[in-house]
Amino acid sequence: MRIIGLLIVIAFGSLLRYGVFFFPEWGDPASPPSLHVSPHYIEEAIAETAVPNLVTAVLADYRGYDTMFETTVIFAAGLACFMLLRVLQRQVPECRLYRHIPTGITLRIEKGGKLPTESGSFERIDSNWVPHDLIIKSTSRFITPFLQIFALYVIAHGHHSPGGGFQGGVILGAAVIMYAISYDLRRSIQRIGEQATAVLGSAGVLIYAGTGALCMVLGAAFLDYGALAGLLGVDPVMARSHGMLIVEIGVGIAVSAVMVWIYYNLSSAGRHDEGL
Amino acid sequence: MGVELFSDIASKYNYLGVVILMMIGLYAMIAKNNLVKKIIGMNIFQTAIILFYVSTAAKRGATIPIIRHGHNGHGHEVIHAAEYINPLPHVLMLTAIVVSVATLGVALALAVKVYHQYGTLEEDEIRGQLRNK
Repeated sequence: MRIIGLLIVIAFGSLLRYGVFFFPEWGDPASPPSLHVSPHYIEEAIAETAVPNLVTAVLADYRGYDTMFETTVIFAAGLACFMLLRVLQRQVPECRLYRHIPTGITLRIEKGGKLPTESGSFERIDSNWVPHDLIIKSTSRFITPFLQIFALYVIAHGHHSPGGGFQGGVILGAAVIMYAISYDLRRSIQRIGEQATAVLGSAGVLIYAGTGALCMVLGAAFLDYGALAGLLGVDPVMARSHGMLIVEIGVGIAVSAVMVWIYYNLSSAGRHDEGL
Repeated sequence: MGVELFSDIASKYNYLGVVILMMIGLYAMIAKNNLVKKIIGMNIFQTAIILFYVSTAAKRGATIPIIRHGHNGHGHEVIHAAEYINPLPHVLMLTAIVVSVATLGVALALAVKVYHQYGTLEEDEIRGQLRNK
């Protein structure tokens, strides 16, 4: 199998190597991808949409359908992970481990034993023993708010600087995932529950599609943000910029929620009790 | 012949890097026995395609596709397409990266399911268990 695989790979690689002879040089301004529609995007986007970041302009306006369905694909992937993995009946674990924080003593409570309440002095810990790591916990607690604010900045400022809904959404999701890794999964689920991730994920897609539908209601084509000018009280060009911001916020919500949802299901194999 | 064969490396080494990454990914998908390694091979393959697209966007002497002074209302100066790199491949790959993460999640979820069913992620052991049924 290895030899056959190697032969296939070498044949495939030589075919691609042969194809490279016909490619334009790297950085050639006259290469085919830079000739067809891209000069129009570069030269006209700011006059047509008032958005300096061309990537955002093309992403949310010129190719709005593409992005809407990419967001739908991400939501569908989150849903697929949920359908594949989630175990809905609660099993009572054989034993639970608790740590008495002031002394660092670990308690092992067998089935039927009385569980201590989760308070300042007791915390439940995962069954693979994890040390009480002050440095990791303090650092993640310190970083998380900055990470979240940076994510919001990346989403909101995606028109003028590198950024946008996808990038900001992933940073926002990563902040929650980092919290879940450095503390534990249960504590993260207490803050942002499974239902919240599912509802936010679908709400993000709904914001996107709803903006498109609203444009249709106002008499323009689907996702033609110029129609929102009357509602937003700005001229049609600026309305495109604002319409993109609404859509990017939807994308950010959907992406961050789905990343967290996938992590919850994947890290606990669908049981949502003990994570990584 | 030897000189001719490698004469374009200096100007097209980005594509050659992509081809090498694609070969690594494809080899992992075909020859590796472990399902997670196959999934990672698929991800390397996706990364190669993303790099390929992004490298086609490059233009010599151009800058990132954000219009200079665009946010101050000075955007009415004439903009030349040669001054900014092509935004289109960046748009396509921006969504592709996030989608690839999401699909990686689904693939790993399937791997978790397979592990629960068969107790292993090695392909030959799974095939052996299926044959013995």
